[in-house]
Amino acid sequence: MAAKFENPIVRWIDHRLPIFSFMHHELHEYPTPKNLNYWWNFGSLAGIALVIMLVSGITLAMHYTPHVDYAFDSVERIMRDVNYGWLIRYVHMNGASFFFIVVYIHIFRGLYYGSYKAPRELLWMLGVVIMLLMMATAFMGYVLPWGQMSFWGATVITNLFSAIPVVGESIVTWLWGGFSVDNPTLNRFFALHYLLPFVIVGVVVLHLVALHRFGSNNPLGVDVKSAKDQIPFHPYYTVKDAFGLGVFLIAFSAFVFFAPNFMGHPDNYIPADPLVTPAHIVPEWYFLPFYAILRAIPDKLGGVLFMFGSIAVLFVLPWLDRSPVRSGQFRPVFKIFFWILVVDVVALTYLGGKPAEGWYVIASRFATAYYFLHFLVILPLLSIFETPRQLPKSISEPVIGGGAGFAGAAAARRENVR
Amino acid sequence: MIARIKTLAAATLVAVTLAGPALAAGEVAIEAQDWSFGGIFGTFDRGELQRGLQVYQNVCATCHGLKHVAYRNLGDLGYTDDEVKVIAAEKQTTDGPNDEGEMFERAALPSDRFVSPFPNDAAARAANGGAYPPDLSLIVDARAGGADYIYGLLTGYKEPPAGVTVPDGMYYNTGFGGHQIAMPPPLFPDGVTYGDGTSATIAQQARDVSAFLAWASEPNLEQRKRAGVMTILFLLVFTGLLYATKRKIWAAVH
Amino acid sequence: MADTHQGETRRDFLYVATTTVGAIGAACVAWPFIDQMNPAADVLALATIEFDTATVAEGMAVTVKWRGKPVFVRHRTAAEIEQAKAVPLADLPDPQADAARALKPEVLVLVGVCTHLGCVPLGQKPADPKGDYGGWFCPCHGSHYDISGRIRKGPAPRNLEVPTYEYVSDTVVRIG
Repeated sequence: MAAKFENPIVRWIDHRLPIFSFMHHELHEYPTPKNLNYWWNFGSLAGIALVIMLVSGITLAMHYTPHVDYAFDSVERIMRDVNYGWLIRYVHMNGASFFFIVVYIHIFRGLYYGSYKAPRELLWMLGVVIMLLMMATAFMGYVLPWGQMSFWGATVITNLFSAIPVVGESIVTWLWGGFSVDNPTLNRFFALHYLLPFVIVGVVVLHLVALHRFGSNNPLGVDVKSAKDQIPFHPYYTVKDAFGLGVFLIAFSAFVFFAPNFMGHPDNYIPADPLVTPAHIVPEWYFLPFYAILRAIPDKLGGVLFMFGSIAVLFVLPWLDRSPVRSGQFRPVFKIFFWILVVDVVALTYLGGKPAEGWYVIASRFATAYYFLHFLVILPLLSIFETPRQLPKSISEPVIGGGAGFAGAAAARRENVR
Repeated sequence: MIARIKTLAAATLVAVTLAGPALAAGEVAIEAQDWSFGGIFGTFDRGELQRGLQVYQNVCATCHGLKHVAYRNLGDLGYTDDEVKVIAAEKQTTDGPNDEGEMFERAALPSDRFVSPFPNDAAARAANGGAYPPDLSLIVDARAGGADYIYGLLTGYKEPPAGVTVPDGMYYNTGFGGHQIAMPPPLFPDGVTYGDGTSATIAQQARDVSAFLAWASEPNLEQRKRAGVMTILFLLVFTGLLYATKRKIWAAVH
Repeated sequence: MADTHQGETRRDFLYVATTTVGAIGAACVAWPFIDQMNPAADVLALATIEFDTATVAEGMAVTVKWRGKPVFVRHRTAAEIEQAKAVPLADLPDPQADAARALKPEVLVLVGVCTHLGCVPLGQKPADPKGDYGGWFCPCHGSHYDISGRIRKGPAPRNLEVPTYEYVSDTVVRIG
């Protein structure tokens, strides 16, 4: 169903640069499963969050000075003197948290519904790359206001690289551009923090190209068989995504306007002081699970390896979980372990914010061990030993024969949920 | 159904987790106060802010700077341009270099920021026995508990309980972590004579200066909350319309 | 979306309402990002300065900075004022009476930026060249300004600009 454009100017451009045909194909012709639930909104929300961060970040960069003597003051100038500066700064600060909230939910959706399985392995791996780039960007961005947490968080995390044998110390000096976190470090972090989001945009484009190769997964995990299973992306999912965006913006606005510092740390309103260490150095909440894993291992290098390992297991997940059944809906045992994983990650988040003392230590070690157990032992075993429920024949036709299309499939789904 | 319960449980866990990291104060029990600027519709009480400015200038400014606030910002407190000019001109600030290459002193202008009592941190420490009196521009944002914490600290000077010895140069304070603070009690009954005739008890002064410092940390608070109310109302309407549109369009599929 | 409805008024209304509200929302979101580039409060605070002309001795001149530009404040002698008033308007490339260029004839307040291409003319210091007309001389391309700051010779098209100013006391001017 090729597009026919009436407007002669549109036709002239499209003949030479088929942007309009491309848009028409991707929006009107691109077939999407008709049974996507609201957990599928989070991909587009992540894209919107990226745009919010880019726009707010570029406008902030018009007023920010990346020098240790001026950085903190320039941020205060933005908050007090720049027109709507307070709003743009709070949007950028809370936007980072919401970007991570949305992406984490997006990832857990993928975990539950088996979106990482063939033929979407590369799509999944590109997603993990995006998450890594986000983490690097957020880490460097938090240093820029040059508060106490900015400085000491940077010091602690860059010091980790000294754990690398032989070349570790040289790498740290190279990262710092000096003998401690100081002006050279701040300046280069600003340059890279400005650059990486555009790299993220590039990887997101690849992520979408990979997605469009086979189309979206769906809650049943069953491949699209015919046109009956599909609906055009526009207007169905454009309007559904718009609605989801509205809900997202309400939650986002509640924080930006009424609790803008809730997810932050008061110590970052104290200018950085290399001679005074805060009582408890804590990263932003979205790094807490990784921070917990890092501290759980008593050895410095071990901690670093396990921290990066926790993301590495995500990369190889398609080869750890080989069950031919995609969706957790039809994998009753997997479903239980999925929710235990969620509890485990929430526990790691909580423990990452606590001092490394007392029962927190043993709990962190247990939660870390369980995390790796889930991916490296439980999932592979499940692929071998789990008996899945019977899959429906297609999205439109459920296991129970007959039944009117979608309502029938819904009946099949209700059957499987206890 | 079970999936929904699990989602709710996970969400609750996440919410509890998020509440965790912010409370690092530990052993100080911060009592929640009623502030006019609290809540969704909070606004500043200009009389309170003006009294707070008086307390800051007469008591705190001896040791604590307020360098991110400009004298012209005092227009927010209800002062006229001329009154602001007079308040600014009470202080001398360094300017220059002049044509001879020398720095010189001149009366502060409204466009200048509050003049700090010490030229730099080292001088501040030296004058205060090694303890640095922090600049107060952001103190309400920089402490867990905000204005409640500041109020608790200012009203927390008490006799140490039996068995607790406080070394020379330190003071017992229930509102400060560790209960020992290097700052001598700054507030005294009638230490300040309020221009509006309010009785200057310690609690009153503490309340007024805490409110003033809350304003100093975030002068745009009222604009933020007003914009927030309008934004959320708008979004509720818009999201409602979007939901209706979504249902309409999807009626064909369902 | 245009082809999914065929004149069903209520459905049309919903789509129109949603789109309109959305457009209003988009405009409200766009405005702060546009306005943030406008001068910030601290820049606006320096948009006006006050200066005490009593500090300028007769025959001397002082340069003050205003909005990032130099402002010439010259305390003219009686002879200089007479000279400025006596110039016939026909002689001026940019005719303007001296009385229109100073609130009080003893004190000239001018923006010290050459109207040709923006250099700062010389003439503020006693040793500076003052050009052929006793005012200011721009070394970049040879514009000569007289003792009223009016262009007399050279490539500059207009007289030195007189900024908006007023006397807030006998001697103190507020510029801007």
